[in-house]
Amino acid sequence: MSTDITTAVPAPPAGPSAMQRLLGLNLVRSLLVSLGVLVVGVLLLESTDAYTNTQLSSLTYFTIAAIGLTALTGLNGQISLGHGALMAVGAYTTALMLDTDSPLPFPVIALAAIVMTSLVGFVVGIGAARLHGPYLAGATLAFAVALPSVALYFKGTFNGEAGLTVISPRPPEWFVSFIDAVSGEFATSSKYVAYLGLFCLVIALFFALNLGRSKIGRHWRAVRDQEVAAEIAGINLGRTRVQAFVISAAYAGLAGAVMAMVVRLAAPTVFTLVLSLSLLTAVVIGGLGSITGAFIGSAVLVFLPPLVTDLSTDAKLSDTQAAQMSPLIYGIVLVLVMLLAPGGVMGTLSMAWRRRRARRQLTATPTKKG
Amino acid sequence: MTPPIEPDPQPSPSGGEPRPHDPGRPASRYLAQGVTVRFGGLVALDDVSLAVEPGQVHGVIGPNGAGKTTLFNVCCGFVKPNAGSLTWDERELNNLHAHDLAGLGIARTLQGVGLFPGMSALENVMTGAGVRSTSGFVSAAFGLPRARRDEQALQERAMQTLSDLGAAHLAPRYPGMLPYPDQKKVALARALVSEPRLLLLDEPAAGLSEGEMDELGDLVQQLTSRMSVLIVEHHMDLVMRICDQITVLDFGQVIARGTPAEVRDDPKVIAAYLGAEVSAGEEIDTAVLESHGTTTKGA
Repeated sequence: MSTDITTAVPAPPAGPSAMQRLLGLNLVRSLLVSLGVLVVGVLLLESTDAYTNTQLSSLTYFTIAAIGLTALTGLNGQISLGHGALMAVGAYTTALMLDTDSPLPFPVIALAAIVMTSLVGFVVGIGAARLHGPYLAGATLAFAVALPSVALYFKGTFNGEAGLTVISPRPPEWFVSFIDAVSGEFATSSKYVAYLGLFCLVIALFFALNLGRSKIGRHWRAVRDQEVAAEIAGINLGRTRVQAFVISAAYAGLAGAVMAMVVRLAAPTVFTLVLSLSLLTAVVIGGLGSITGAFIGSAVLVFLPPLVTDLSTDAKLSDTQAAQMSPLIYGIVLVLVMLLAPGGVMGTLSMAWRRRRARRQLTATPTKKG
Repeated sequence: MTPPIEPDPQPSPSGGEPRPHDPGRPASRYLAQGVTVRFGGLVALDDVSLAVEPGQVHGVIGPNGAGKTTLFNVCCGFVKPNAGSLTWDERELNNLHAHDLAGLGIARTLQGVGLFPGMSALENVMTGAGVRSTSGFVSAAFGLPRARRDEQALQERAMQTLSDLGAAHLAPRYPGMLPYPDQKKVALARALVSEPRLLLLDEPAAGLSEGEMDELGDLVQQLTSRMSVLIVEHHMDLVMRICDQITVLDFGQVIARGTPAEVRDDPKVIAAYLGAEVSAGEEIDTAVLESHGTTTKGA
């Protein structure tokens, strides 16, 4: 057994250059990716019209929430049908804090929304850590259904069915002059909100990239894959599950804060079960556990329905028919993904890549015995 | 929650070559005393005791249903005994949880392989030593150099452990694509990477060929310079070859203990394995049957 050690060990790579070592740092890699997304986001926001800007801001909060959910479901293996309700916690927190004459700066509000949602997520997570599969789905489903009625019960604070109107923060001076410098246009409030969403997304992305590649991410996956072995390796199952749930809830809270400003309303009708379910479908379409997948899934969710409606209108369908087309196409897409690529877009791609590499390795070393 | 028990602070040399016996290593005994486990009315283990001496290979054998796996599960905290105590490092393990094991310097392999299918072999092995790295959540979230250093050290150790087992070429592969013996190697590496002082092997030879079993036997004997081994195994020839001490269980009771030679010739063991008819004396026959009768009556 010890004789073939020398042949099996791959030759040590030549000493990495300073550049390689820098790129090897999670910090640097994630910063580069996040900055790339920021630049692309600014370019997109500045090159498109106001309507697309609004769609893009929807994409930011959707993606933030999807990243949180893909970490929870994809990496840690816990399903949640209650993330819409967690977003509601963030949105209501934001709405309440903005509802004053001199609201606090947005970062403070966003942080408060994150903290509030994390606390709720902690309580839900403690319960969730003890449940599996359909029971967990059921419990989070109940949470998604029950939480909006809190708003109905405490009418005084949350204004019942009508909800809270959110006053969008006024763009500060420096932002107006920045936009003026970039595109020569006047910075509207909705443009400011779109930029806030983009910034939140970039920050959320940075942390998600780091965590996914770290020990923490590996431990989450270990718990997902093989509980018993993870436990023997010294991983506390309960604590890890609660940790994942809290992080995921924090993402939902941030998403809720952005959403409140984009939609300008925090009401029970906004945070229905449909929101929770579409988040989950977005994550599944994109590929569970993949951050790129979260982007793809959210983009499908945000852009597909209006696209289909437009195409249907162009095809001379009546307005009613055009409106019915988009859920139909969405359903078909979901069914097709489940049938043909149950791993989602990214899952299918990475599986193909893994197979190819394995095949190449086999052909490269045909005599290697196991 | 159990009180945090100080892990062995002694850093272990992570050189590549088979490490020489280190006399400075604290000699720890693992003791199970008077362990009794009842599942409802069924007595799975009845007052079972065993002692794993430092640097020894201790085998647990017995016919199917004798309680070997239950004993193993007690030893690693999966099953809480109704009575009895476990001692390790001269400390009693009260309220032992499975996730405390790694911190105590105890590792275990699972029946079958129990690898993480969604991770490469290297990541599988790295997970086995995860508790040893000290960087926390914040440095992981910010991707700080500190977390990176920890990860790199972990990765090197995992790679080293794999190549010690002649499995370095498996590192980037995923468990689902590996043949069974290779999966077992990765699983063993995952247990060894935390540099335990006690290794619990649960049927390590199951599914291995004759040659692979010999290899495994040699490996386990090499390990004794660094750790004690407690092994549950069906393959008699392997057990007889590598074990220093053997405890034989039947119907939840210890029917014999001693060296392989002593155990091999013990009439009770022969009776338990081969049936009473084979043993020569009539009186042994009835004695064995009686002892079985009482345990099953108690059940």
